[in-house]
Amino acid sequence: MVMPIIALRMRREVVGMANQIAVLKNASEVRLEEQFTTLQATLPGLAQTRAAAFREFSSKGLPNKRVEEFKYTDIRTFLTDIVPLAEKPSTADAHAVLGTAKAFRNVDAFRVVMINGYFIAELSDIAAVPGGVEVIPLAQALADSHPLLGKIGSLAKAGDNPLYQLNSAFMSDGAIIRIGKEVKLGKPLHVRFVSGSEALATATRLLVLVEEGAEVTLVESHEGPDGTASQMNDVVDLIVADGAVVEHVRLNAEGQDVLALSTVTARLGAHVSFSSINAVAGSKVARHQIYVAFEGSHSTAQINGTAMLSGQQHADATLVADHIAPNCDSRELFKTVIDGDAVGVFQGRINVAAEAQKTDGKMMSACVLLSDTGAMFNKPELEIFADDVQCGHGATCGTLDDDLLFYLMARGLPRPEAESLMIQAFIGEAIEVVKHDEVREELIGSVANWLKHRR
Amino acid sequence: MLEINNLVVAIEDKRILNGLNLKVAKGETAAIMGPNGSGKSTLSYVIAGKEDYEVLDGEVLLNGENVLEMEPDQRAAAGLFLAFQYPLEIPGVGTMTFLKAAINAQRKTRGEGELSTPEFIKKVNAAADGLEISREMLKRALNVGFSGGEKKRMEILQMALLQPHFCILDETDSGLDIDALRVVSEGVNALRSPDRSFLVITHYQRLLNYIVPDTVHVMSSGRIVKSGGKELALELEANGYADYRSSDAA
Repeated sequence: MVMPIIALRMRREVVGMANQIAVLKNASEVRLEEQFTTLQATLPGLAQTRAAAFREFSSKGLPNKRVEEFKYTDIRTFLTDIVPLAEKPSTADAHAVLGTAKAFRNVDAFRVVMINGYFIAELSDIAAVPGGVEVIPLAQALADSHPLLGKIGSLAKAGDNPLYQLNSAFMSDGAIIRIGKEVKLGKPLHVRFVSGSEALATATRLLVLVEEGAEVTLVESHEGPDGTASQMNDVVDLIVADGAVVEHVRLNAEGQDVLALSTVTARLGAHVSFSSINAVAGSKVARHQIYVAFEGSHSTAQINGTAMLSGQQHADATLVADHIAPNCDSRELFKTVIDGDAVGVFQGRINVAAEAQKTDGKMMSACVLLSDTGAMFNKPELEIFADDVQCGHGATCGTLDDDLLFYLMARGLPRPEAESLMIQAFIGEAIEVVKHDEVREELIGSVANWLKHRR
Repeated sequence: MLEINNLVVAIEDKRILNGLNLKVAKGETAAIMGPNGSGKSTLSYVIAGKEDYEVLDGEVLLNGENVLEMEPDQRAAAGLFLAFQYPLEIPGVGTMTFLKAAINAQRKTRGEGELSTPEFIKKVNAAADGLEISREMLKRALNVGFSGGEKKRMEILQMALLQPHFCILDETDSGLDIDALRVVSEGVNALRSPDRSFLVITHYQRLLNYIVPDTVHVMSSGRIVKSGGKELALELEANGYADYRSSDAA
């Protein structure tokens, strides 16, 4: 049985060698190529960037398990079909779709509304944001060749990533958000990504510029109905200047049939305090990529993730932290709970450049397996070229502690309640990073909600 | 109240309890003393329902009902309480959250309504004051970073709040200094009543100076080998367990 597979693999290589361009493509790759060719002329702005990104993507194709970074999340297998790229909905349709969204609805915040990946100005609070803050629809900025567009996709390493390349090629809308110098935004900026009941693809991009000494809590929520096999591929590029404080919270509450691909890039200046959490509470397949670059000294970053998975769900969190400047601290804490046949993946990599002395990095991934058929893959990596650093990583996988369970039950808690309390505590540790009380409470509530439906 | 008949228990094929018989009447405080490895802690865990043990024979009747067929939470709702020798730390679970969950779970199982929050806080504060437990301790995660003495006091606080009928104290004196021992003992004594029984498990007679038992039982090799009044504890303190160890060989 092994022989034909080897033969097939050789054939791919031979074809590749004989003709550098004609790599064998599967149906989805062909479909993407057709889509790009058709839409190229109508997608707003940055034509050369888009073409270059697609060419890069196309040269390697959809990432699969033979590509190390995608070893446990074979996008080629998950993307057997390509749905059409969403078009901008009418305001009335957008209004109806927004009505279905619940996440962080009661949190007092400045709202930016993205329906099917498109900025809906009429439903957003652009006018309400204080002086020094700009929120510009990306499609408009692209059409107008806005000067800030030069800052899009400026983290070179992310540019090598095929999912990022796809977003760069297809990005149809999104926003440029600029928090001016020393502006301390009192309320969170909440970007609500909501999709409708038609299966569509989205490629949104947020470019978030946080200038010197500014402070912001950026909340993203991603929601949509069950039963709709939409394909999201969203990117957030953050550029955080010296002395800024950024809290980034992302909630994946997508419908249970959604393929949700997302990338966050963060370039941090000096003396920055940055935190980011991605909470997976939805979608069928999720892959969240985080690229953090410590470009200035004395900055701290806390990167957390939580995932509560059941059924056939698959969730991947892939992190690359690049310590380029000295004296920076990074902390990564990922918590995964797995039930049913679900699969969790954590790939975390901390790179410490030779100049990045006194780096202090600690990375932890912990998983609780509630079923015998679920699986968790942990792949922590450290690459250190400096000689005066503290770096560590850990990964655990296990069931709920029987002794703790007995202790709680001996106090009268029935088994499901005792388990729930333990799971809430387990996930809660990663959610604690969120300083905004209402946002944190809602994330904790989403844990309770998951537990309730699990029972 | 509690009646144990011919209890035989093994863990991984090793017999720990070998036909143990014991009766504790309503309102009685019984002490079990015995050397290391005699099966005292196993007895407390088996009564409370820990899973690791295999019950090969016998029964444990609480008010006539065999608790061995119940889940640990059902036993707790039936009025059983085990104060752990080593109370567990539960990171992430606030002490108050835990206490409220436990109280309301038991009330629910018994078909009673949930306590309102003000009622609950009032009860906790009153009980905590008696045990010299600070408000700050109540704010922390359950037992996390507590000293040995604080953990034991927290066990007694839980006992006071849950108002069980039958309390097992598993080496509650271990790891306590004199002052903590006094506070814990006073907490226990305050709960003694004609309706509540205690089974006090200890190595040393010292605890029994504070919590004076009605009966003392000597345990060795998984059996009760001698029973008597509180004077038996003093006799053990003077002579050690040597007289009873010979039966270990059996």
